[in-house]
Amino acid sequence: MSRLLSIVLLSASLLPATLMAAGGGGAAPKSVASVSSTPGDLGPPQGEPIRAVLGIPPNVPPPIHRNAPAKVIVELEVVEKEMPMSEGVTYTYWTFGGTVPGSFIRVRQGDTVEFHLKNAPDNKMPHNIDLHGVTGPGGGAASSFTAPGHESQFTFKALNAGLYVYHCATAPVGMHVANGMYGLILIEPPEGLPKVDHEYYVMQGDFYTTGKYREKGHQPFDMDAAIAERPTYVLFNGREGALTGDHALNAKVGETVRLFVGNGGPNLVSSFHVIGEIFDKVYYEGGTHAQENVQTTLIPAGGAMMAEFRVEVPGTYVLVDHSIFRAFNKGALGMLKVEGPENKAIYSGKEVDSVYLGDRANPNLHAVTEAAKANAAGTLNKEEQIKAGQQLFTGTCSVCHQANGEGLSGVFPPLAKSDYLAKQVKEHLISIPLHGLNGSVTVNGKEYNSVMPPMSQLTDDEVANILTYVLNSWGNPGGQVSKEEVSKVRAQQPVPASGH
Amino acid sequence: MGKLSILLFGMLLAGPAVAANYAPLPGGTFKSVLPADGKAAPAEIAAFQMRTELVTNAEFLAFVNAHPQWRRDQVPAIFADRRYLSHWAGPATLGEDVLPDQPVTRVSWFAAQAFCESEQARLPTWYEWEYAAAADSQRTDARGDPQWRESVLAWYGRPANTPLPTVGGAPDVYGVRDLNGLVWEWVSDFNALLVGADSRDQDGADKMKFCGAGALSMQQKENYATLMRVAMLSSLKASDTVTTMGFRCARSP
Repeated sequence: MSRLLSIVLLSASLLPATLMAAGGGGAAPKSVASVSSTPGDLGPPQGEPIRAVLGIPPNVPPPIHRNAPAKVIVELEVVEKEMPMSEGVTYTYWTFGGTVPGSFIRVRQGDTVEFHLKNAPDNKMPHNIDLHGVTGPGGGAASSFTAPGHESQFTFKALNAGLYVYHCATAPVGMHVANGMYGLILIEPPEGLPKVDHEYYVMQGDFYTTGKYREKGHQPFDMDAAIAERPTYVLFNGREGALTGDHALNAKVGETVRLFVGNGGPNLVSSFHVIGEIFDKVYYEGGTHAQENVQTTLIPAGGAMMAEFRVEVPGTYVLVDHSIFRAFNKGALGMLKVEGPENKAIYSGKEVDSVYLGDRANPNLHAVTEAAKANAAGTLNKEEQIKAGQQLFTGTCSVCHQANGEGLSGVFPPLAKSDYLAKQVKEHLISIPLHGLNGSVTVNGKEYNSVMPPMSQLTDDEVANILTYVLNSWGNPGGQVSKEEVSKVRAQQPVPASGH
Repeated sequence: MGKLSILLFGMLLAGPAVAANYAPLPGGTFKSVLPADGKAAPAEIAAFQMRTELVTNAEFLAFVNAHPQWRRDQVPAIFADRRYLSHWAGPATLGEDVLPDQPVTRVSWFAAQAFCESEQARLPTWYEWEYAAAADSQRTDARGDPQWRESVLAWYGRPANTPLPTVGGAPDVYGVRDLNGLVWEWVSDFNALLVGADSRDQDGADKMKFCGAGALSMQQKENYATLMRVAMLSSLKASDTVTTMGFRCARSP
């Protein structure tokens, strides 16, 4: 009933616009003679019937370059099959076309679509299809109820342009949807969509299994969890990892990307976000109008949206449901990998990685920056290391060991003219700032029994610089420690430190 | 001679069918998922007898041998679609992949009804079937038990592309076996579940077909398994055959 009502309202709201267009325009499309009074009806189909090319996710069929409505034949087979949901986890999916989400359907506004729904003979369940892009009772569901081993046919005219969800609507509807029975149908406006370099198809869904998240083995559907709306998994394209690693979406720097993103539900609303990108345009709710400069867009269950953006900087951009526990604890993660030259003017990458020293900081960390640059360039020399080490020492080590390296007698051992330092092998020397030092040590004839915590905030080159500074100061024997030597020691297990 | 051996083979295997076991079930009122008046009224069920086991391939082979008009190569198209018994190796041969003790599937409602008539029985009504299938080994009505519901539901979670088990599961409290968890089963009034003139308003026929409107009139919303059975039966025509749809018979006393 609510569906019927909304259709009536929709038609009513379209009516004034159409009348205005007709009254004010005068420049009518060429097929106007045969156009009915129904908005969106662009006349009878022309030419030979066309067999629709279906898109297998994450791919989308190519754009339509037609300037007249056609008869388009869509054949979709329902397949119930066991597929992986996560590593070592399988699930019996019910699918449109053998994939979750189902095959992507692409037609043009005004097209007459002859729809064939086939229910594979080995399936257990009857199925049907409700396409939100159909104007008519049940969105086609009333005409497509199909037993296993049978086929139904119905025909509709695609009156409204937009991106629409389709789904199975056989009772129990929630279970059919929860098992993966949804997909997208794009009804392109007659003029088509703006040209882009890549188009991708992503659909979110929530899944309910009797076992816990990532519990191995075949997982049955959990009806109680579904009714309670407590999903085990929230996934893009039906399985964990469907859009990551080797399956990541791809683009090159400077290219434009259009994402067709739907949300099959059955229960959750998606806060769709791509980490590190701003959507230049979002055709929210899959409709005609676009919002610009969007960070996160809401996709209702049983809804969709189109997002367009240009990728400017190489790297991996992560698709998430920004209801963020779903991303990191239930699987709602995807990736867009962008390759190409860096553009430092737009994004620098990490320029400085240093300790934030607060009040104690020496305001001039110039030498540290210089050393970091020289290190990156491979030209770092001992003098630069000593200079940088001095500034780092001042911020971090001097609190205990004092700026002059003398320490505090009986509490903090001295580093100046230290016989202890002089007899340490390099590896152990390096391990002291990395892993800390506990217990009794004797330095210059005096025993110290205290705890030095690991300076784990220091990077490898910072440790190397500090040690080089210490070795070359206050009458110590000299020497040099490299970043590579530090990283080698860091990789080792910390040995129980004691002065031996 | 070959024909004779097939016939003998069939008759041997058909032994149980000749004296198929029927268990008596007492009548009573039963709260069906499909209320008798479309609102809340329970179903009134008269005492009846239910076949304790599903009809098997061997039994159905014996039937088509005795009634060749039901062989797949002789049956009129209006009584069975072209996939009728298509998993058998031949019109009167099971073949290696089809076990005699598996329930027969890919039979039309017409063929199932004819089989039941051949043993002086009929297909059970939906109410009779639902009433019988509510039982487990301890109780006549186990439907309130979430574990029972889950075990019934588990069947739907299993892929359908594996060979069917053979009949002979554990008997329920009446001695009837395999009502849940083996195959779908034909009922005599399968096509009246949603359109009954006495129980539905004018748009009732559409109710199950989209957006779960039918669920609104189901008495036990959580009983997905039964709902799926109703949906499955509603999707069929009497000549349809399905890989996972078998049948058993019932008798009025």
